[in-house]
Amino acid sequence: MENELLLVLLIPLLGGIFSLFFWMDVKRQKVVFLISTIAMTLAAINLMRSVLENEVITLQSGGWDAPFGISLVADYLSTFMVLLTGIMGLAVGIYSLGDMDRARMRFGFFPLMSFLLFSVSGAFLSGDIFNLYVWFEIMLISSFVLMALGNTKAQLEGAIKYVTLNIMASIFFLAGIGVLYGLTGTLNMADIALRINSVPDEGLITLAAVFFFIAFGVKSAVFPLFSWLPASYHTPPVAITAIFAALLTKVGVYAFIRFFTLIFTHESLFLDNLLIFTAATTMFIGVLGAAAQMEFRKILSVHIISQIGYLIMGLAIGTKLAITGVVYFIIHIVFVKTNLFLISGIVNRLKGSYELKKLGGVYHTYPFLALLFVISAFSLAGFPPLSGFWAKFALVKAGLVSDAYFLVLVALATGFLTLYSMSKIWNEVFWKKKPEDETNLEVETLKKERAGINRQVLLPVVAITVMSVGVAIWAEPIFYFAEMTAEQLLNPEIYIVNVLGVAQ
Amino acid sequence: MEDVLPFLIGGLYAGGVYLVLHKSFVKLIIGLIILGYASNLMLFTISRITRGAPPLVPEGAEALVEPYADPLPQALVLTAIVIGFGIQAFAIVLIKVGYRIVATDNLDDLNTTDRLDD
Repeated sequence: MENELLLVLLIPLLGGIFSLFFWMDVKRQKVVFLISTIAMTLAAINLMRSVLENEVITLQSGGWDAPFGISLVADYLSTFMVLLTGIMGLAVGIYSLGDMDRARMRFGFFPLMSFLLFSVSGAFLSGDIFNLYVWFEIMLISSFVLMALGNTKAQLEGAIKYVTLNIMASIFFLAGIGVLYGLTGTLNMADIALRINSVPDEGLITLAAVFFFIAFGVKSAVFPLFSWLPASYHTPPVAITAIFAALLTKVGVYAFIRFFTLIFTHESLFLDNLLIFTAATTMFIGVLGAAAQMEFRKILSVHIISQIGYLIMGLAIGTKLAITGVVYFIIHIVFVKTNLFLISGIVNRLKGSYELKKLGGVYHTYPFLALLFVISAFSLAGFPPLSGFWAKFALVKAGLVSDAYFLVLVALATGFLTLYSMSKIWNEVFWKKKPEDETNLEVETLKKERAGINRQVLLPVVAITVMSVGVAIWAEPIFYFAEMTAEQLLNPEIYIVNVLGVAQ
Repeated sequence: MEDVLPFLIGGLYAGGVYLVLHKSFVKLIIGLIILGYASNLMLFTISRITRGAPPLVPEGAEALVEPYADPLPQALVLTAIVIGFGIQAFAIVLIKVGYRIVATDNLDDLNTTDRLDD
């Protein structure tokens, strides 16, 4: 049973190491990457099946009992995040087979992707705060290299900002670990959750919470710590942006949920207000930033910030319904956001640009692509009956039930502005006529550079669209699962008992 | 010793932030390295320092006898130093390549990716 948990981590690690043996041999690296990612997804499905039977699966590494060794814990939240990691890794991997340029593939794109998937799943499964720090660092170093891979001017500029701010976040994370260890004398999350109740000074717990808040806030790009995201996310090739958008900020949100439902559960008006303030400003400023942009990928990148605001909003409300909404929202946003990025990449392949001003007429020539975009874009904006509607509905209802009218108001206004920026893309890219100033000569030269659509880039987009529609159609079973997850999160005793053993 | 270390940590944090706020690439990296040291030292100090008492079980005894130094923070700091070393090495190479390709040593010039296109 425990080994099922280990498989999810071992497969991408071995995949990454094996593709290092085939350095510069892109063909074999592709094969290794595909096999390992498919195997990882299957292992995650298997883990999900087994977690649904057993509630929580714990692996005590090295056979050392819980507070002394490093625990790897798979509960509902961790497991579905790992499953999403596998699916997204596979989808973006297939897309990159058709889209990534040869130079980047030769310089280790596939091993880096494997290590990224490895570290992201590790961060989801870790049950030890220092171990979580180590997973974060592996994730950071793989994402640093992916971000700078190719050495273009824009990428390096973005990477310098991304690296600097994320190193700062790690420094805060480490300081927070120090404070928490000083208070409780343990690193195991379940053990900390038990012992933190006997810490006399609640002010010190809040201090530790603020350290973690800053660290995870930078990773998940909340206001005012998000400035690295709009500066860097649109610079690497679209496959890299898509996997970052799908996973990296979600790791920050996962850490937020884990820490603020398991460890920092003490009554603190300051922390409650901090979360509410952060949620509202992140939602609203993110969407305003997106509305100001005039470039396909920049609109989408800045939009990530606003979606993170919704997730923090659910956490700030903190009732069972709100956490249920957050879980559903994560599933929805991972599918939809990644898909929109991949579609922007296809449009770039067809038209040779991301600038809204230079694009146009895609609906006329590629109506199917326009349909795929519409489904994802309107789902993001929250149109019924697509998945975004159910996600926002649950959050707004949770807000109304708990009298958080201010957050609800901001959330609804944000939804409206989301619709504005999505319809801006729709008008400029798909609906309006092709720009006139394109002379015939330019069209001829551009056509040579334009890559066109191939199967590898279209397949993942269609598959993710189908899945995101599926998330909307089968909203009931998914909500049922989300509710179980929320119940598990709001009753940390289940987690604690399973990690530390019944004897304690 | 424990009375001096907080001031040292505070000084390191202050110096690190001061250097990070400079415009030069190199000062940025040195600032980040110093901030890393400050956090490592804080992690080490905050979990209480015991001097001259290694955590070894004395002969004949079954368990450790108080007072003894907690070995865990030392292991953590060691890990953090190694990880920090790797990240810093990458950051130094990044700014070197960045300096060559962006052709500037002024962080204020790195604003093309933030700009709104009009």
